[in-house]
Amino acid sequence: MLSTTSQVKVDPRDAKLSMAHFYVAFIALAIGGLMGLLQTLVRSGKFELPGGIGYYEILTVHGVLLGLVLTTFFIMGFQHAAVSRTAGTHSNAARRTGWIGFWVMTIGTTMAATMILMNKATVLYTFYAPLQAHWIFYAGLTFVVVGSWIDGAAQIMTYAKWRKANPGKPGPLLSFMAVVNTVLWFVCSLGVAAEVLFQLLPWSLGLVDRVNVLESRTLFWYFGHPLVYFWLLPAYMCWYAVIPKIIGGKIFSDSLARLSFLLFLLFSIPVGFHHQLTEPGIDPAWKFFQVILTFLVVIPSLMTAFSMFATFESAGRAKGAEGLFGWIKKLPWGDARFTVPFIGMAAFIPAGAGGIVNASNQMDQVVHNTIWITGHFHLTLATSVVLTFFGISYWLIPHLTGRKLSKAMNKLAIIQAWVWLTGMTFMSGSMHAEGLLGAPRRSAFSLYNGAKQAAEWIPYQIAQAIGGSILFLGIILVLIIFVNLAFFAPKGEEEFPVGETDPNAEKTPMVLENWKLWIGLTIILILFAYTIPFIDIIRDAPLGSKGFKTW
Amino acid sequence: MAKTEPKGKKKIKDEENSSLKGTLVSVLFLGIFVIVTWVSVYFLFLNRF
Amino acid sequence: MHIHKYEKIWLAFGLASLIVFLTVIGISAFYLGNKPPSCLTTINPEKVDQTVPFNHPGLHKVEGKEWDYELVYVAQTFSYTPAEVKIPLGAKVKVIATTKDVVHGFEVAGTNINMMLEPGYVSEYVTTFNKEGEYLLLCNEYCGTGHHLMSSKIEVVK
Repeated sequence: MLSTTSQVKVDPRDAKLSMAHFYVAFIALAIGGLMGLLQTLVRSGKFELPGGIGYYEILTVHGVLLGLVLTTFFIMGFQHAAVSRTAGTHSNAARRTGWIGFWVMTIGTTMAATMILMNKATVLYTFYAPLQAHWIFYAGLTFVVVGSWIDGAAQIMTYAKWRKANPGKPGPLLSFMAVVNTVLWFVCSLGVAAEVLFQLLPWSLGLVDRVNVLESRTLFWYFGHPLVYFWLLPAYMCWYAVIPKIIGGKIFSDSLARLSFLLFLLFSIPVGFHHQLTEPGIDPAWKFFQVILTFLVVIPSLMTAFSMFATFESAGRAKGAEGLFGWIKKLPWGDARFTVPFIGMAAFIPAGAGGIVNASNQMDQVVHNTIWITGHFHLTLATSVVLTFFGISYWLIPHLTGRKLSKAMNKLAIIQAWVWLTGMTFMSGSMHAEGLLGAPRRSAFSLYNGAKQAAEWIPYQIAQAIGGSILFLGIILVLIIFVNLAFFAPKGEEEFPVGETDPNAEKTPMVLENWKLWIGLTIILILFAYTIPFIDIIRDAPLGSKGFKTW
Repeated sequence: MAKTEPKGKKKIKDEENSSLKGTLVSVLFLGIFVIVTWVSVYFLFLNRF
Repeated sequence: MHIHKYEKIWLAFGLASLIVFLTVIGISAFYLGNKPPSCLTTINPEKVDQTVPFNHPGLHKVEGKEWDYELVYVAQTFSYTPAEVKIPLGAKVKVIATTKDVVHGFEVAGTNINMMLEPGYVSEYVTTFNKEGEYLLLCNEYCGTGHHLMSSKIEVVK
């Protein structure tokens, strides 16, 4: 699979581009993480924010910085490196494109952050109308999305160059995966772009008076669910294509890995209604139809689970493991590059199970907008994805900065992951339990007029504050490691591990590179799932809403 | 840091089925976990008004 | 494309489970009437107080319908009207609610009554209050500074 254009080392010019993304990502992690700590402390009822700072303002900072900024910047930085490593150095044009994308995103982030800090955009990271933020906030978000498109275009340029130079061959696996994720991102972020450009921006500028609330929410969730897969797929890139190399094994199946990515492209978008199951104005039959499609997106994750175990077991058996589970002992538990993402993988088991519950149509009434949901995505995003991102950083940052992950830092990284798991078990575990009792998400501490039910929730909220504090310790540790790897670690060469397929594995079918086919199918599925209900939403719309500033 | 070199030189030939038994059992455990989670919340739904 | 025999077994097991889940919730939703709240009625959000039934929030006995009572709520930042209501145990009630301003949540903690209120739309849910006790109705969608103070009380009494 390795071609002549594949580089063992990422070109230093591309490395600089990646690193620029990572600086922003880790600054976002530091600030966003601190906000998360404050939230759990406030909600325990034992602590109040100083200086009249609002709970919902820091909640907005937390969501925007960690949900949108950390993720997008890390993903783009990682994908640039992965493409440059496996499909060849960016051309000057592609690299310039990447830099333009980076700066557009950074300017957008600054605009949005400024408005949030001035308390002009305390609308949380979902910015549901008719809450109306300052127009600069919406413009800033537009810049972030448009910047990410430009950034992604650079990756596609380099991939296309490789394909042109290697006719009839499937692109390198990591690059292929990066491109699928970028295409997924293009297709889904059109929804939020339409919402912001055609609805929220003109409305916040006063050019139009009213906004169609349900239409804006539907466009948001057309984007909002694939958004979580845009976060997840880079983690899967590491699991499928990097981890096998680290554990001394082979990629279980190149074709199945590609197929699962394409299935994510197909099925992660036409499913937004499962976030709107309890909303008025949407026909229940269309909700159920999208529930069915949501269940289909479980399949590639089932495939992934099998592939991961199979990779581990094959590698272990190749090293002489015996018995049913002997291979577990052969895994390199002392290697942070493996152990940290592995803990992330393990967290995906309860995360996935919870996700199937959330998507189960009327069962959503048990958990909708309760803190169970917060617990859920702190397992998916804030454990599976984020721990994998940390695990990637531990070899990628030194690889890019010409340094080495020292023994001490490797050890600290493993401790960090266990600290994270401990904190998350407290926090996410108690969120799940409290949510089943009915406690709401996104709410400051409240006694609810002395309601008995609300009093029963307080112990869980204290557990969340304990978990949140442990997690913040985890953030301090990861920042120490990041700064060390970026500036202080000993000079040297750290490998960028790229998994290999078995030499006698079957050839990857070229149909998997038929982009017209896959993008075409994606569009057909989207049109099928959305056209009629979306027309209904517009046709049957009530009088639109004026803007409200209720914070 | 430790680069992972295969320690045992003895390579076992991939035997189609016997070599992935652990995988099958692991994923089935995972499947059962999913089912138990789902069924518990479904019963919660049934028991509430 | 070659798929390992065990992977086939696993995918078959997974698919079968998903199909069973979907069948159970599908039958429950469309044959037993347990669809999630999806009312299609619209309303002028600026004239809620003048519009039937929201001009008389509260619990009303009704005759000749599938349910015995209608419980009407109006939500606005940061309160529900009525602020307190007593429901006879075992009453079949249609809960009808809407919002006068931003999006609100409408969740009766510990029950399946959980729906979004969106300006311009009416949200409805029919259920039988068959467990005695005091229930907290709260807003579970961020609506502004006082979001966590937005609540109401429902007592199911003998």
